[in-house]
Amino acid sequence: MKASESASNFNLLIRRILHTKAAIGGFFILVMLTAMTIYAFVAVPLESTGQWNNPGFWIDYPKSAAPAWVNWLLPENNLPNHMIFGLSDARKQNSSFGGIPTNSFLFDIDFNYNSFPTDFIIDYCLRYGDIPPVIQVDVTRPDGESFMIYNSPLPSSAISSESTSNLNEYCSRIFSTDGSIRDNLQAYTGLFDYSPDLSSPQKMIFSRLDEEAVLKGQYLFNITYYLFGAEDKVENTKVILGGKVYGLMGTDDLRRDLSIGIFWGAPVALFVGLTAAISSVIIGMLYGLLAGYKGGRFDEALMRVNDLVISLPTFVFLIILSITIGSSIYLITLFLVIFGWSGIARVARSLALQIKNLQYVEASKLMGEKDIRIILRHILPQLLPLTFASIALAVPAAILTEATLSFIGLGDPSIPTWGSILHDANTASAAARGLWWWILPPGIMIAAAGISFALIGSAIESVTNPRGSGTQSKVRFS
Amino acid sequence: MTDFLFYVAKTTAYRILVVVITLIISLILFGSTLDKVLMDRTRAEVVEASAQDNVQFRTLSQRQAYVDEQVDLKLKDLGLDEPWHSPKRFINTFFDILTLDLGRSNFFTSDSGSSKVSDIIIEKVPKTILLFTTSTVVVVIIGLFLGTYMAEKRGSSLDKGISFVAVVSNSFATFWVGMLMILLFSFSLGIFPARSTPLTSPGDPFYVLDLLYHMMLPLITLVILSFAVWSFVVRYFISRVLDEDYIQAKRVMGIPKRKILYSHALKNAAPPILTGIVTALIASISGSFIVEAVFDWPGVGKLLYDAIIVLDIPVILGSTYVFTLMYVMTMLIADLLYAYFDPRVKVSS
Repeated sequence: MKASESASNFNLLIRRILHTKAAIGGFFILVMLTAMTIYAFVAVPLESTGQWNNPGFWIDYPKSAAPAWVNWLLPENNLPNHMIFGLSDARKQNSSFGGIPTNSFLFDIDFNYNSFPTDFIIDYCLRYGDIPPVIQVDVTRPDGESFMIYNSPLPSSAISSESTSNLNEYCSRIFSTDGSIRDNLQAYTGLFDYSPDLSSPQKMIFSRLDEEAVLKGQYLFNITYYLFGAEDKVENTKVILGGKVYGLMGTDDLRRDLSIGIFWGAPVALFVGLTAAISSVIIGMLYGLLAGYKGGRFDEALMRVNDLVISLPTFVFLIILSITIGSSIYLITLFLVIFGWSGIARVARSLALQIKNLQYVEASKLMGEKDIRIILRHILPQLLPLTFASIALAVPAAILTEATLSFIGLGDPSIPTWGSILHDANTASAAARGLWWWILPPGIMIAAAGISFALIGSAIESVTNPRGSGTQSKVRFS
Repeated sequence: MTDFLFYVAKTTAYRILVVVITLIISLILFGSTLDKVLMDRTRAEVVEASAQDNVQFRTLSQRQAYVDEQVDLKLKDLGLDEPWHSPKRFINTFFDILTLDLGRSNFFTSDSGSSKVSDIIIEKVPKTILLFTTSTVVVVIIGLFLGTYMAEKRGSSLDKGISFVAVVSNSFATFWVGMLMILLFSFSLGIFPARSTPLTSPGDPFYVLDLLYHMMLPLITLVILSFAVWSFVVRYFISRVLDEDYIQAKRVMGIPKRKILYSHALKNAAPPILTGIVTALIASISGSFIVEAVFDWPGVGKLLYDAIIVLDIPVILGSTYVFTLMYVMTMLIADLLYAYFDPRVKVSS
């Protein structure tokens, strides 16, 4: 077979594969996964994945909130969205109060939901000297009523830091459950036609005066700092209004934004799947070809080893290896390769046995070519379609096995994976509690990634080898 | 017949070798950790004993010296003064695992209150085997009939549909499907309980019924995940046999179609079907272990899942050993069935 002829044959094959429905479907899903990967790298900060298992990082987020779009599906519920307002959302006003300079941060908040916020948090960070500043929070309601809900000095700067600045940085947060908020609200209970529930201040603040129902409209949160030192400075101010829905995919029990985990899961799964599949198939191919081509005792010995690896309980080894050696994503991929190559080696060997007796192989042998060169130049190219099909069919198995390891708690602890999200969901019995947004997306992603490669693989297989078995993916990981 | 016996002996020996090798590798990997676990436990026992002995010490260092001495004595007594890789220790530990003599668990107890690892595991084994064999039997029956039917009606929409489900369900994570089942049948419909641990005590007359009721959801999950793949495998090989001349000849002879399908075609397609199915079966052992963790089915898989969370090494070792045994037994049964259906295997060995 001439080189140009084989190249055009190859192009023809690719074209025929791309015209099958299965391949089109498979590539469509693959393109979506790639888009997710690119989006993860471009738009989702890497920092948020590194902090995945640090509860402190997620403290501003709501606990097990449904995705925001459930309000579109069920408009009559109109659950409050979780809102985080940062420094950039605030209007800043500097003035003075009886000679004391004040910094005010005004947050305009539209609240048009049918139920009350679950809570609210005011988060602040200040740098100040000897005299502690005073923080005051006023809320102006759509009906014009204004509640002064918080007024308190910050603790005096006990730590005189030895750094360049002798100003003390203090960060803290005021929760809606704070006792002084309740005390301050006491003064306004007379405005209401009913007796408001002081134990949940967010209800009283956001309620109408005549009945306990949400007063819709624009609220103004005014956070004022009285600064007594010339160098005193407000570093950060945030208002967080606790809601029941948040973001594209909601949050879990540990307040983590699930969309970040789902998006970053795509590159991780593709990396594990492709690396493990490609390495396993290449190693298995070469191993099998070498054994089949050389034959004799060498073949016998290699195949005995192969038989043994095939018959070992991979599941057990993956568990033990991840516990004892480590469970970084790279190590897991390596473990998958250690057990993944054996199936394809057996197939490659039987094919090598057939091909090595073909005339052109005998001819090159007589011409004195080296064995390894014959295998690489004359036998391997014949098996390229099989190689690609095997790789594609091995990817789902690798992705599933990694997900299974993560699910039993042996995944890479430093990054979110689809399997580890489901592990956390299972530990929190999310299914029995009906937290569907925590369960559906990761599983759908695992399935989609697997199906895309399975479709591509079966398309290659059906075009190149119409009578091929199609029943046994040649690579198994568990 | 002697050929067959020889074959049985040979395959059994090989499978036993697999168990031995698996255990040796596990031991090598776990050796130092297991050593540390045993040392810590011995020390804790000695400290507790010395506290109960009421021995008075003048200083803290005296007490420390006494404890150290006692620990050393005890370690020597137990043979722990040698490292785990010394031949004597290694062989001892090897046989300890073989007989599940793994000491006590720090975290788990059996229903009867024993904290011995062997008691805990042995109590769970029947439940794991019950779930796994029931699901396998159900799937085999569905697979054989559906697959044969599909082979007969090649190209029908049912055939295409099941083949598609086979490709797709192969990519579904077992645990995810389990969680969906809980979401659907427990949370939304409230038909089956989310936790599969029966609430009645084992002595209760209705315990067995209760257990079976609690088993339904994990069972359905396992069946849904594998019936399509099995049917697909059966269909593929039967349809190949159906194309053979001798089947066509039987058809011409007027033998009823049903008889051709179920007795001639099925029997001749059996060896390749078996080979194809072994892969699926092996995957479903780990699948059934995982499903236990999702549904809290009180079996070895759930125990393994819990033990991994708290890193209880002896329990992990014991549970993975049980898994290995189940795995090897399944392979062995497949080997023997293969030899039974394909006489060439016996001769060539």
